[in-house]
Amino acid sequence: MEDLLKLGGRSIKSRLLIGTGKFSGYPLMKKALEAAQPDIVTVALRRVDAGSKADNILEYIPKSCILMANTSGARNADEAVRIARLAKASGAGHWIKIEVVQDNKYLLPDNLETLKAVEILAKEGFIVLPYMSPDLSMAKRMADAGAAAVMPLGSPIGSNRGVKTRELVEILVREIKVPVIVDAGLGSPSDACECMEMGCAAVLVNTAIAIAQDPVAMAQAFKEAVSAGRTAYLAGLASSGSEANASSPLTGFLRDEA
Amino acid sequence: MSYYDILLKYNDLPFEKIFREFSAQEIERLIHSDSQDPERFWALLSPAAEKWLEPMAQKAHALTLQHFGRTIQLYTPMYLSNFCENECAYCGFNARNKMFRRTLSPEEVEKEAAFIASTGIEHLLILTGDSKVKSPLSYIKKCLEVLKKYFSSVSAEIYALTEEEYADLASAGIDGLTLYQETYDEAVYQRVHKAGPKKDFRFRLEAPERAAKSGMRSVNVGALLGLSDWRKEAFLMGLHAQYLQDRYGDVEIGASLPRLRPHAGDFKDISEVSDKSVAQILMALRLFMPRLGIALSTRESSLLRENLLPLGITRMSAGSTTRVGGHTIASPEEENAPQFEISDPRDVEEMKTMLAAKGYQPVLKDWMQI
Repeated sequence: MEDLLKLGGRSIKSRLLIGTGKFSGYPLMKKALEAAQPDIVTVALRRVDAGSKADNILEYIPKSCILMANTSGARNADEAVRIARLAKASGAGHWIKIEVVQDNKYLLPDNLETLKAVEILAKEGFIVLPYMSPDLSMAKRMADAGAAAVMPLGSPIGSNRGVKTRELVEILVREIKVPVIVDAGLGSPSDACECMEMGCAAVLVNTAIAIAQDPVAMAQAFKEAVSAGRTAYLAGLASSGSEANASSPLTGFLRDEA
Repeated sequence: MSYYDILLKYNDLPFEKIFREFSAQEIERLIHSDSQDPERFWALLSPAAEKWLEPMAQKAHALTLQHFGRTIQLYTPMYLSNFCENECAYCGFNARNKMFRRTLSPEEVEKEAAFIASTGIEHLLILTGDSKVKSPLSYIKKCLEVLKKYFSSVSAEIYALTEEEYADLASAGIDGLTLYQETYDEAVYQRVHKAGPKKDFRFRLEAPERAAKSGMRSVNVGALLGLSDWRKEAFLMGLHAQYLQDRYGDVEIGASLPRLRPHAGDFKDISEVSDKSVAQILMALRLFMPRLGIALSTRESSLLRENLLPLGITRMSAGSTTRVGGHTIASPEEENAPQFEISDPRDVEEMKTMLAAKGYQPVLKDWMQI
């Protein structure tokens, strides 16, 4: 049976979501997207210049992809809601990644304002994916409020530091009923692979691909890493041990009784 | 407590001594540290750091890529009025300069706006001289009504206001404020600002903070390099940016590196700031504040702008003129003097071509009215 991700009423094949900021140009971004073959692509509505044919980012995104506008630039729930409605009205669809940031120093999300935006937008029929700090009670509230998935950060946006929040993300994977998609901070394909091995439903990558020496090759590498990690997860990873288990030092005596 | 109190604390420090106290080993260590301690910023601006410009450049470039990617935001300035009540010794709009003064009518504003918008620009910076009589807030808001039809975001570089006035502008749709302190040395400030409302050092110094409190999305500070010792100016400007970023997390804080240009004024006592020094300031700022927006205007030459581009710049102006109505409204050149002479006359298309050739994406739209 094909391994598909159920998300927002759709069956998604690719577990690699791609962000579209930071590329040196749209033609190169398009090539990277073709190499990564994502089903979901996120675009900051603030950057969409719909009036301009040459500079309209939407023209460079494969038509087969689900477009997920994000609310980058929103400082509170109200602004996120307004951006989401604007995205829908301008034809960017009803999939929305909520980003609410009141911290321009580290770009860490504001979970409380994000939750408020989830509550409003889910009721309005948006497919809502909130970008969040991995906090169990917040993730539960967001899922209860109608979030289609939760998107905890692996480490701060653009930091390329990997899954520094691993312990917390693992708890979300165990406890949260909606898909857990790690967003932000994944610096290398091995980081993405690690998330997939942990049982995350998907990952979202932008900076590590966009600013690589060769973004197209890096996109391909992430695609393969995500696929390998997912396969490993499904195969059932053997738990790791630091020593070989040649004997049973603690229970060996039980055998003597037989 | 305001930034003025912090400034007073640093006023008595022997800067000349501090800037010479770092060893090569210390500089090397501090380049690779992530400390946000002001002392690290001192070190990176110090003469000792001049021997470490290449490693500083490498790190500045990597940080800029990481946080801003291969993108540069473009904007164009539009001068609305050159009436001014100040006597700033370094400025072409000095009230004492005998020159043609004008304030654009709403029709003229529309003509300028249509032209600038036709170049693809979505981010506009409006500027006026310092005259609440000739370019009052009511006039600026009237212009804004016209401009909002043409641009997705409008910022302002105008005379210092009260917090209520900034809030009024923010709710009218001004997204950002640019306001240069010119010099953080109060004595020099009083010397070069001979008369006019701008003489109030503290009112101007605290204006960016009032704007940050008012709901503006971005606030941009700057020192006019050349008025006083550049290391001291850059240091106090960077600390000002840090002060604002630490307190107003929801505001995008930016800084500019304007260097004194030839102008129709009588300020001749320019303290030399070399290209190398501008580069050092830029890199030290980037290492000190990795997420700071940094703008480089057409005051600088095309070549220098291109060379500084990868070292920390995030925003650049294009298609600039510093004359009122300079884009579309003909007037004899001798009658409509510029605020200062620009060095990079390239239009938006030329800037886009240059950026693409350098491997950067020109970002024309990065916000919208919501």
